[in-house]
Amino acid sequence: MSTGNGAASFAQVLALGDDALIAAQRLAQWTSRAHEMEEDVALANIALDQLGAARLLLSYAGELEDAGRDEDALAFLRDDRQFRNVLLMELPNGDFAVTIAKLLFMSAYQVGRYQQLVGGQDERLAAIAAKAVKECAYHFDHAALWTIRLGDGTDESHRRMQHAVDEIWPYTYELFTDDPFDGNDLRNGWLAAVEPVLDKATLTRPDDGGWQPRGGRDGRHTEHLSYLLAEMQVLHRAHPGAQW
Amino acid sequence: MVSVTTGTDAYQVAAQVVDPELRVVTIADLGILRAVDTDGDRAVATITPTYSGCPAMDVIRAEVAAALRTAGWAEVEVVTQLHPAWSTDWITDTGRRKLAAAGIAPPGPARTVSLGLPASRPPDQVACPRCGSTATDELSRFGSTPCKALWRCDGCGDPFEHVKSF
Repeated sequence: MSTGNGAASFAQVLALGDDALIAAQRLAQWTSRAHEMEEDVALANIALDQLGAARLLLSYAGELEDAGRDEDALAFLRDDRQFRNVLLMELPNGDFAVTIAKLLFMSAYQVGRYQQLVGGQDERLAAIAAKAVKECAYHFDHAALWTIRLGDGTDESHRRMQHAVDEIWPYTYELFTDDPFDGNDLRNGWLAAVEPVLDKATLTRPDDGGWQPRGGRDGRHTEHLSYLLAEMQVLHRAHPGAQW
Repeated sequence: MVSVTTGTDAYQVAAQVVDPELRVVTIADLGILRAVDTDGDRAVATITPTYSGCPAMDVIRAEVAAALRTAGWAEVEVVTQLHPAWSTDWITDTGRRKLAAAGIAPPGPARTVSLGLPASRPPDQVACPRCGSTATDELSRFGSTPCKALWRCDGCGDPFEHVKSF
């Protein structure tokens, strides 16, 4: 993958757009199912922010590709192997603790990623990132509050939050090893954001020696993405161009 | 951040459009309307989204176009500009007064992006828009629209909405 010099490539923008789109779809699945109405509204709002970024990114990706594909074509008319999101985004929501762990790790990455793009040479991408970075910082804040509340809560909430962190942690390596802009250096900033939250939440940060699944950026996904896409794409595929 | 280059009349027309979700303020009050340029019977309005996924943008786009057409511009275009990113600092003093009068607490100064621990940030000081008490608590960091949070006043006991400092 190329570095971040000059205008971004189709592949780079597509990767970020797919991250945001799949994250949005997953978070939206919480609608009407959260444990309190405020949280229902929160997760739906975060999903909406992610969807907004996804639309801007996929529209731009389509223009860079210059093959006549717009945001809808990219979102609804590609198969699983053609998606470039990291595996973290497509993992099932699990219980609320798993969702919060995913959101914490994801938003910390997105803030670092977008922050770097704000100062980059691609002006269009810098503008999209400048909006998204503020939103993702708010998402991080929300996830951090919940991580601390659950981790430093009851025995049961602590157990669940630690389990979620252990479960999701292996999927965070891919964010940095396969960052579309060669962002290995982003991990230090990410750790600097995430570790104090885990610490304050009395949670143990997993060791680095474990499993590090990857493949999303090359189109090798978990089976979970296929089910997610089936639900997300069915209407558009059954009724191409439908509007409501 | 609103710059009027040409087409002042067209700008005044577009500036009257009311935000579809915050019905007490106009898009000019909110800093969403950036400029309107005219050339003969052609008008190009430039707007900026508050949040990337704000669903009100489609309605705003349509209402700006309709207002300009009704006012006589034959060819109307509404352009979305992302950079520089919208901030609640762009909400005008008039806008802030209108929000407060409608029971919606206006935002404080926009925060800089940071990934610090939530507790390390100074808490927002939000005065109740009804009784003015600053003994208020955040009930929910998200509200009925992407731009608002839900708060409660310990003074008068009423819940109220607060435009998030952003």
